[in-house]
Amino acid sequence: MITSHRKTHPSLWFAASLLSLGVASPALAQEDDPIKVGVLHSLSGTMAISETVLKDTVEMLIEQQNAEGGLLGRQLEAVVVDPASDWPLFAERARELLAQEEVDVIFGNWTSVSRKSVLPVVEELNGLLFYPVQYEGEESSENVFYTGAAPNQQSIPAINYLHDQVGVERWVLAGTDYVFPRTTNRILSAYLQDEFGVAEADIMVNYTPFGHSDWQNIVSDIRRFGSEGKKTAVVSTINGDANVPFYTELANQGVDAADIPVVAFSVGEQELTGIDTGPLVGHLAAWNYFMSVDTDANYDFIDAWIEYTDDEMAVTNDPMEAHYIGFNMWTEAVRKAGTTDVDAVKDAIIGVTVPNLSGGSAAMMPNHHITKPVLIGEIQDNGQFDIVWQTPSTVAGDAWSDYLPGSRDLIADWRAPMRCGNFNVANGSCGGSTAAEEAEAALAE
Amino acid sequence: MRNFPLPWAPSTRAGGVVGWPWLLLMGLLLSVVHFPAALAQETDDQAVALLEALDVDSYVAKSEAVEAIVRSDDERARDWLQALLDGRLQRSDGGRFVVVLDNRGRDWPVADALTGETLGEMSRRELDRIGINNALRNQLRSALAVVDLYSPDLERRRASAERLLGEVDDDLAGPLAEVIEEASDDRVRERLSLALAIHRLEQGELEAVAELEGSLHPRVRVALNRAATGDDPQVAIAARDALGSIEQQLKLNRAAETLYFGLSMGSVLVLAAIGLAITFGVMGVINMAHGELIMLGAYTTWAVQQLLPGQPGLALILSIPAGFLVSALAGVAIERGVIQFLKGRPLETLLATFGVSLILQQLVRTVISPQNRTVVTPEWMSGSLAVNDALSLTLNRMVVLGFALLVFVGLMLVMRRTRLGLEVRAVTQNRAMARSMGIRATRVDILTFALGSGVAGLAGVALSQLTNVGPNLGQNYIIDSFMVVVFGGVGNLWGTLVAGLSLGVINQILEPWAGAMLAKIIVLVFIILFIQKRPRGLFPQKGRAAEG
Amino acid sequence: MQARSWLLRPFSERSTQLFFGVLLAALVLVTVLHLAVPADHPLHVTAYTVNLFGKYLSYALLAVAVDLVWGYLGILSLGHGAFFALGGYAMGMYLMRQIGDRGTYGDPVLPDFMVFLNWESLPWYWQGFDMAWFAFVMVLLAPGALALVFGWLAFRSRVTGVYLSIITQAMTFALMLAFFRNEMGFGGNNGLTDFRDILGFSLRSDATRLGLFIATGVALALGYLLCRAIVVSKLGRVCVATRDAEARTRFLGYRVERFQLFVFVVSAMLAGVAGALYVPQVGIINPSEFEPIFSIEIVLWVALGGRATLYGAVIGAILVNYAKTVFTGVMPDAWLFALGGMFVLVTVFLPQGVAGLLAYRIRRQRRSSDETATPQEASA
Repeated sequence: MITSHRKTHPSLWFAASLLSLGVASPALAQEDDPIKVGVLHSLSGTMAISETVLKDTVEMLIEQQNAEGGLLGRQLEAVVVDPASDWPLFAERARELLAQEEVDVIFGNWTSVSRKSVLPVVEELNGLLFYPVQYEGEESSENVFYTGAAPNQQSIPAINYLHDQVGVERWVLAGTDYVFPRTTNRILSAYLQDEFGVAEADIMVNYTPFGHSDWQNIVSDIRRFGSEGKKTAVVSTINGDANVPFYTELANQGVDAADIPVVAFSVGEQELTGIDTGPLVGHLAAWNYFMSVDTDANYDFIDAWIEYTDDEMAVTNDPMEAHYIGFNMWTEAVRKAGTTDVDAVKDAIIGVTVPNLSGGSAAMMPNHHITKPVLIGEIQDNGQFDIVWQTPSTVAGDAWSDYLPGSRDLIADWRAPMRCGNFNVANGSCGGSTAAEEAEAALAE
Repeated sequence: MRNFPLPWAPSTRAGGVVGWPWLLLMGLLLSVVHFPAALAQETDDQAVALLEALDVDSYVAKSEAVEAIVRSDDERARDWLQALLDGRLQRSDGGRFVVVLDNRGRDWPVADALTGETLGEMSRRELDRIGINNALRNQLRSALAVVDLYSPDLERRRASAERLLGEVDDDLAGPLAEVIEEASDDRVRERLSLALAIHRLEQGELEAVAELEGSLHPRVRVALNRAATGDDPQVAIAARDALGSIEQQLKLNRAAETLYFGLSMGSVLVLAAIGLAITFGVMGVINMAHGELIMLGAYTTWAVQQLLPGQPGLALILSIPAGFLVSALAGVAIERGVIQFLKGRPLETLLATFGVSLILQQLVRTVISPQNRTVVTPEWMSGSLAVNDALSLTLNRMVVLGFALLVFVGLMLVMRRTRLGLEVRAVTQNRAMARSMGIRATRVDILTFALGSGVAGLAGVALSQLTNVGPNLGQNYIIDSFMVVVFGGVGNLWGTLVAGLSLGVINQILEPWAGAMLAKIIVLVFIILFIQKRPRGLFPQKGRAAEG
Repeated sequence: MQARSWLLRPFSERSTQLFFGVLLAALVLVTVLHLAVPADHPLHVTAYTVNLFGKYLSYALLAVAVDLVWGYLGILSLGHGAFFALGGYAMGMYLMRQIGDRGTYGDPVLPDFMVFLNWESLPWYWQGFDMAWFAFVMVLLAPGALALVFGWLAFRSRVTGVYLSIITQAMTFALMLAFFRNEMGFGGNNGLTDFRDILGFSLRSDATRLGLFIATGVALALGYLLCRAIVVSKLGRVCVATRDAEARTRFLGYRVERFQLFVFVVSAMLAGVAGALYVPQVGIINPSEFEPIFSIEIVLWVALGGRATLYGAVIGAILVNYAKTVFTGVMPDAWLFALGGMFVLVTVFLPQGVAGLLAYRIRRQRRSSDETATPQEASA
C-alpha cells in the first residue's frame, strides 16, 4: 500500500497535463493581424474522402486572395481543424474556432448531421458558416449561408427533365436511410402525385443502410419494376461508398441507361473516380456544376486546381464550386461592409452577386440560399459528365419546401424588418407552422 | 424515297424519320454478297456537311442529322455513329471533326474523323464534344442494330435480334419475315420469330398467343398483359391463361434467383471468414486486422492492374498469387511483430491487432489515397449468363462463388493432406506434445498465420470485383467474418462454409420483405441468440481443444 | 486488515484517497480559474475548456464502468458504447422534449425530425420523457435492462472470453444499425440535437456548462466510490476469483453467473449515466456512439491507464482523449497511427498500463514488496 503522498503520484501527472490546456488563451485581434478563416472539414475518418478536397479548395482560394493583396489591406489566414468525421467533435471544433481562435468566418461541413451538430454553436457564438453541399432544406439559420442546392435546385428540375424530356412514367426512389434521401423522396413523391398525377403503384421507395454492398435483390426488384411496359427511371439518393457496388450490380444485371436511367443526386466527379464508368455511360446526375462545363472561368479554375494539387488527374466537383461562390460572396460582402464584423457582413451579403463557374452568376437571397442553374449530366466513360440539359435561367434556393405539409406556409427572410428563418405566412408570425394556434388552443382548453 | 417512322425508338417518333427499309434492302443485298466495300464514299464536302448537321444544340435536330447519316451511303457512317454513340466524336476549335482515342486527363490523342489519320494530342479546352442523350443513344443503337442484323459477325446479329423484341411494327414485320427465312442461326431465328409473334399479338392475332406461351421474356409479358385487358375477349382469355402459366414459372425462377443471390452473398462471407477460420479457429488468435489483410489483397489487385494497363483480365489472374503473397507477408509481419509476444492472452491479442488494423488503414490513406481506387472488371466477368429469359446469373458473382469453393477445397486439402496441415493440427491439439515430437511449433505458427492471412488476401482480390477498393473495405467485413466463424463453430472449416452460405441465403430471403437494414439486424440478433444457446456454434469442436 | 465500517472501507486504499483529493482539487481549481480569473489573464480557463474537461470526465466515468467488468470480472466487453449511447439517448429524448415549441416547426409536442418525417403523434416510447425524473430513471433502466437480458442469456450459457467479446461487439453493431433506421423514431443518422435547456437552465450559457462539468465530476466521484465499494466487498473478491479461475470458483459453490450479471448490470448503468452527462455537454447524440470502434477505444483507455485500478481507467480516458484533441488539431493524419500504436505498445510492452508503470516505479523507490494493485493475467 502506498503510504506516502510526497512522491509524485500518477493522478498529479494528469492534473498537470490537463491544466496546460486551459492556459492557452486567445490573443486579442489587432488591426494589422490577418483575417482568420476557419476551415471545418473532416481530414480523417470516413468523410475525409469527400471533405479533404474542400479544405484544399478553401486554402487555394485564400492563397489566391492573398496573392491579390488580401482583403481590406489585411492578409487572410486559414485556421484548419479536423473534426475527424465525428459529429460531436464538429461542435467542439466549431466552438474552438469561434471562441478560442476567434475566426471571422467558417467554411465547412458536409453531412447533414455535422451541420445540425454545429448549428447551435454557431448561433450561440454568432459566427458565420458557409455550407457548400446540396442538402435536404427545411432550415434557415441567421448564421448559416447555404451555398449548395436546396431540393428545388436539384431534384425537382431533374424530375421535370425525366418526365418531360425522357417520358418517364414509373419511378424508383432509392436512397440511403438518412435525412437527405428521406426528405427528398417525400418531396418527390408528393410532387409526382400532385403535378404529374403519378399513381402510388408507379412509385417504388427503397432505403438501404450506409455502405450497403449487396445490391442483388434490390437491383433485381428494380429490373422487374421497370419491365412492366412503362418507361422507368431510378432516382438515386444513395450515398458515397454504397454507389460503387450499386452501379456494378446495375451494369452486371444488364440495367442499361437507355432502358432504366438512374439519376443520382449524390454522385459527382469525385465519387466517380473510384468507379469503372465504362458500363455506366448514360446514367444521369443532377448538379449545379460539372467539371465538364465549357466556360473559360471553369477552365481557369480547373487549371488552378490542378496546379495547386499538383495532380494532373485531379477533378473538381459541385461542392468545390459552392465554396468558390461562397468565398467570393463573403469577400465581396466584407468589402461592402468595410469590416469582418459578423453582423455587418450578414447584412451586407444579402443581394451580393458573384460570377459562378458555369457562365452565369449567383446571388445571395434573403433566405441565405443562393441562385443556381440546374444541370443534368450523363456519365461518360472517362468519369466526367456530359451536360444534356440545363434550366434556362438560375433557380433561387427555397429553404422550406412547398411540397411538405409542415413547411408549406414557411418562408425565411433575414433582412431588417422581418429577420426570421421560419416565418409563417398563414398566420403572420415568426416561429414555425403550428406553434401559435396550438398554444392558443391549449390555453382555451 | 418514302420515309417511314422509326418503329423501335418511340421518343423520335414525333420528329424523326429514317429510311430503314432502304437499310434493310441494302442489308439484304449485303447478306448475299458479303461485301461491305460496295458502299460509296461521299465527297469530303458532303461528309463534312453531314457531320456539321450534328453540331447543333437541339437533340431533335441531332436526331434528324443521325438519320441523314444513316441514309447516306457513306462507308464511314458506321464508324461515325459508333464514335457518336461512344461520345468520342468531337470538334476542334478549328472546326475539324475528330475522333478521340483516349479521353482521360487534360490532353487527348485524336484522329481525323474523315481520313482516320491520327493527329496527335489536343487539349480538352480546344475540343467540343458532340453530345448525345439517352433518346439519341437508343436511336443510334437501333440504327446500328438494323445494320448489324446483316453483319457477318454472328454475335452482332444475335445482339441485334435481341434488341428487336417488342419493337416490331407493321413496316418492319414484312421484311423481318424474310430475314427469318434467311437466318442461318437458330438463336437469331428464334428471337426474331418471337419479336414477330409479339407484333402479331398486338395486331390481335389469336394464334400468336400459342407461340408466346412458353416465353418468360418481360416484353412478352408486357404484350400479353396488354392483350389480356384488350378488346377482343377471345384473345384476352387466351392471354390470361398464358400469363397464368408464365407467372407460375416466374415464381420458380424467382426462388432460384433468391437462392443464387443468397449463395453469392454467402460465398463473399465464406471468403472473408475462411482465413479467419484458420487464424482464429485453428490457432486461436483473434486477429482484428483480418479485414485489413483483405483490404491489402484488394489493393494488390489495383496495383497489378496499374502495372498492366489494358489487360485487366490477366492482371486479375496475376493478382491471385500476388494478393496471397502480399497479405501473407503482412500476416507474418503482424505475427512476428505483435502476436508472438501475446501468446495465451487472446484478449490482449484482440486489442493489439485492432491497433494494427487502425495503422494499416491510415497507412493506405496516407501512402495511396483516402479515395477509392478504380479496379476494372475484365470482359469475361462482366454482364450475366442468361439461364432463361427471366433468370440470368451475374458473371462476376458466379466467378466469386466458384473461387470461394475452390479456396475452400484448397484449404481443406492443405489441412488434411499436407505435412503442414498435420503439424498444424498437432500443434493446436497439444503444443508441448507436438514440440516434443520434433515439430517446430514456432515455424508452424508462422506458416499457419501466413496461410490464414494469404487467404484473406485472396478474399480481397475477389471483393475488388464486387465493391469499393478503399481504406474502409476491411472494416466492413470484420464483424461479419467473426460472426460467420463463431456461428459455424470455431476450428471447423466445414462449419464456416455452411454458416457463411446459410447466413447469405437467410439474409437474401429476408431482404425482400424486411428491407436490407432490418434483414441485417435480424440476422445479427439471430446469431447472438444462437451463440447464447449453443456457445460452440453449429459444429462444435469436441475434446479438450474445445475448452481453450 | 482490520474490518472497518462499510462506509469507510471503499476509502481504505491510499490511491483512492489521493484520487478523490486530486479530483476535488481539479474541480475547485477549474471553477476558480474560470470564474474568478479575468478573461484576458493567461491563467483564465475558458468556457470551451471547461466544456472539454466535462466531456473528458464523462468519458472517465465510462472508462471506470468498463474497468469494473474487465479489470475485476475479466469480461472484455466490446459493447459498452451501447450502454453509454442508450443513456445518452434517454437524456437526449428528455432534452428534445424540453425544446417544446421552440423547434423550427414550432410543434409543441413533436420534435422537429418527427414533423419532418410527417409523424402524426408521439410514439409510445417517447411518452414520459418530458418529465426529468422519468428520463433520469430511464438513463439507468434502459442500459440496465439491456445488460440484464443480454448478460442473463450470456452468463447462463457460460459464454465467456473472446466469444463474449465478439457477441458484445455484434450487439452494439446491431443496435447501431437499428438506430440508423429512421422508422425507429430516434432521428436516424441525424440523431437528437439542437437542445435548448436542461432542468430550466439554458444549455447555451457558460454557467450551465460549468454546472454540468461539476455535476460530471461529482458523478465520477460517486461512480468511482460505488465501484470501490463493490471491489472491496466480498462480492468483489468473488469477482476477482471468477476472473482468475472461473471454473474453480464455480466448483467452490458460487453461482458465478449471478455475480457476473449483477456487476455487468451495475457497470452498464454507470455507462448510461456517463452517456447522459456526455450528451448535454456535446449537444448531440447519434448512432455513431454505437460504433464498435468506439467501444474498443474505451477498452484502450482502460488498458492504457492500467487495468483493475479504477484510477488507471480515469487516467487513461483523459490521456487518450486529450491526445485526440491535440492530434486531430495539430496533425490529423497522425491520429490513427498514434491510436493504433498505443494499442500495440500498451498491450505488448505495458500490460499494466500507466498506473502499473507508476506503481512499479514507486515500489522500486520505496523497496516495498507488498503492493499488489495489479491484476494477474486473465486468460480465456
